[in-house]
Amino acid sequence: MSERLHEKLQILADAAKYDVSCSSSGSKRTNHNKGLGDATGSGICHTYTEDGRCVSLLKILLTNHCIFDCAYCVTRKSNDIKRAAFTVQEVVDLTMNFYRRNYIEGLFLSSGIFKNADYTMERLVSVAKKLRTENKFNGYIHLKTIPGASDELMHEAGLYADRLSVNIEIPTESGLKLLAPDKNINDMIDPMNYLKKEIIKTTEESKIFKSAPLFAPAGQSTQMIIGASGESDKDIMHTANKFYKGFNLKRVYYSGYVPISNDNRLPGLGSAVPVLRENRLYQTDWLMRFYGFQVQELLNDQFPNLDPEIDPKLSWALRNMNFFPVDINTADLQLILRVPGIGVQSAKKIVGARRFNRLGWDHLKKIGIAVNRAKYFITCNSPVTDRKDYTEAKIRQFILNESRSKFLSNGGQQYNLFG
Amino acid sequence: MEGSNIIFSDKPVSISYDGTWYGLLSAVFDAYARKWDVTGFFVTGRENQSDFFTEKVVVTADETKAERVWQGLKKKVPKENCIQLYRCYLSEIPGIELSIFSCIKFYFSGFDSPHLAYGNPDVLKINQTSKMVYREKHRMEAFVRFQRTADDLYYSGIEPDFNVIPLLIKHFEDRYADQTWLIYDIRRKYGIYYDQEKVEEITLNFSTDAGSQTSVKDVFHDSETLYQELWQNYFKNVNIPSRRNIKLHLQHVPKRYWKHLIEKK
Repeated sequence: MSERLHEKLQILADAAKYDVSCSSSGSKRTNHNKGLGDATGSGICHTYTEDGRCVSLLKILLTNHCIFDCAYCVTRKSNDIKRAAFTVQEVVDLTMNFYRRNYIEGLFLSSGIFKNADYTMERLVSVAKKLRTENKFNGYIHLKTIPGASDELMHEAGLYADRLSVNIEIPTESGLKLLAPDKNINDMIDPMNYLKKEIIKTTEESKIFKSAPLFAPAGQSTQMIIGASGESDKDIMHTANKFYKGFNLKRVYYSGYVPISNDNRLPGLGSAVPVLRENRLYQTDWLMRFYGFQVQELLNDQFPNLDPEIDPKLSWALRNMNFFPVDINTADLQLILRVPGIGVQSAKKIVGARRFNRLGWDHLKKIGIAVNRAKYFITCNSPVTDRKDYTEAKIRQFILNESRSKFLSNGGQQYNLFG
Repeated sequence: MEGSNIIFSDKPVSISYDGTWYGLLSAVFDAYARKWDVTGFFVTGRENQSDFFTEKVVVTADETKAERVWQGLKKKVPKENCIQLYRCYLSEIPGIELSIFSCIKFYFSGFDSPHLAYGNPDVLKINQTSKMVYREKHRMEAFVRFQRTADDLYYSGIEPDFNVIPLLIKHFEDRYADQTWLIYDIRRKYGIYYDQEKVEEITLNFSTDAGSQTSVKDVFHDSETLYQELWQNYFKNVNIPSRRNIKLHLQHVPKRYWKHLIEKK
């Protein structure tokens, strides 16, 4: 009995691990019924795998039986692998028992598509429903929405889940046609649109009625696989931008393609996972969401790909030297946020602290900014030492000499991928 | 309201207090009111060698005085900055009391929004120390691993770097409202126990021979081993070997925490 359970867990955790979302934050679900769990506030990473990724949720597939044949997916129909399926009760028991021991923040349940979309979605919803109603579970639940599932099921999913997501996986329509012939882009976009409207509606309602039921309070997210379909960084980030702006997505995740077959439409087995590129994309995502950058400033027809050697903020700064130097003691927060080496927290601290005394290098160091980068782009209360009229190329070289990227130092072969 | 040993001193003063948070705030009250030139704080009984040039003053904890300091602080800075001072106290870092005192003095000095003065060394020190303690608290929220005993108690032993147990109560009370649990700081020899009604601070007397008669099987619930093994199995299978990054792994899960983590055993 327990042996079979172990085997199912092994197969269905292994198949779910390529979904990189680990977020368990942003919900408003309190432990209102003296039940188990509380999903308010920021999420918690309960442990980290040996690849350095956060483990906050029990992330499993309900089953890896699938009628689709997407080339990039281990679970695809034509792949000769062991198949398994949990019962609803098994998932409920695992979630409750892991949660009670403080192993997890909740459940992230996804599934291969068996029979049809509605049949699969109904099963996912029944797990969430059972946890919420029979087990008084108030921990975090992230459900995958199955492309093509009916609005009624989506609605029910939203009532029990904190977050819903549908993975777009391939950022371009042509790539999707090539690699996932069974999938239809509209089947993925429609549920996002439906959920967006429902979330807006319930948020409006909850402003009027305090008791309005929660509907996916942690919003929706999606994921794109990176480096599977020859797409550019511009393709990826402009698509991401559409999702943030058009569908109010909370997060877009970028998952470097891990080779799983020798299908000639894809990078073959043994190709390196593009972790550096993934990192640069996340940096760009952050600049869009927290630093006030427009996606066109960072990626456009003239610069369709990110610079692997330097981060996108530095890259932007070097292309736009006319913005600098920024005077730390007078400039607006928005301008300070654009200085390489200054993060959001430090920028806010600078704006707070400069009311008391004019800030010099010592203050800035103590506040925690990376002076070795920022010094080329700012003036402060200390005498100018490093800002001579260096050229863009010179500054780039200075910074590169001072800080070897952690990725470049051990992954030379990766760098070559970008040429 | 005068304490027995309140003095006006023109010599530098070193304050001896009872080691409690209320005691420290009471000392701050007295030192501020008497305009003492404070050079250090010591927990009574743990003083360093006496020093001819400083006056030693024993301050008794007084809830009214402590409360006045606390309420006064709340009018000067946001609540988060008040809590920062408490977190610093829990760091138990030698000498931190003096930074707390100096910082409070600065907060009362009349500046508008004094908590934003990151150029001030005391404000910065409090911010940074508080952050370290907060991180440790957050780590414990992540790394507590309950084990279900035969009599349905969920037990977890912890050994945090700082004394963060007082900061954990609300989190675990909100979250595990329907189970009985105990979180025990093995090094500081006290813990918090929740009986599904309220949380209490407790100390345990582990008798040395208790372990010899009862086997582990008797102590833990029948299902405990199964779920520990399932968790280890899960942990192993979510890893992606081709993305292996041990440096990052160790940065997030430092080795000193491993012995209480089921998945790292």
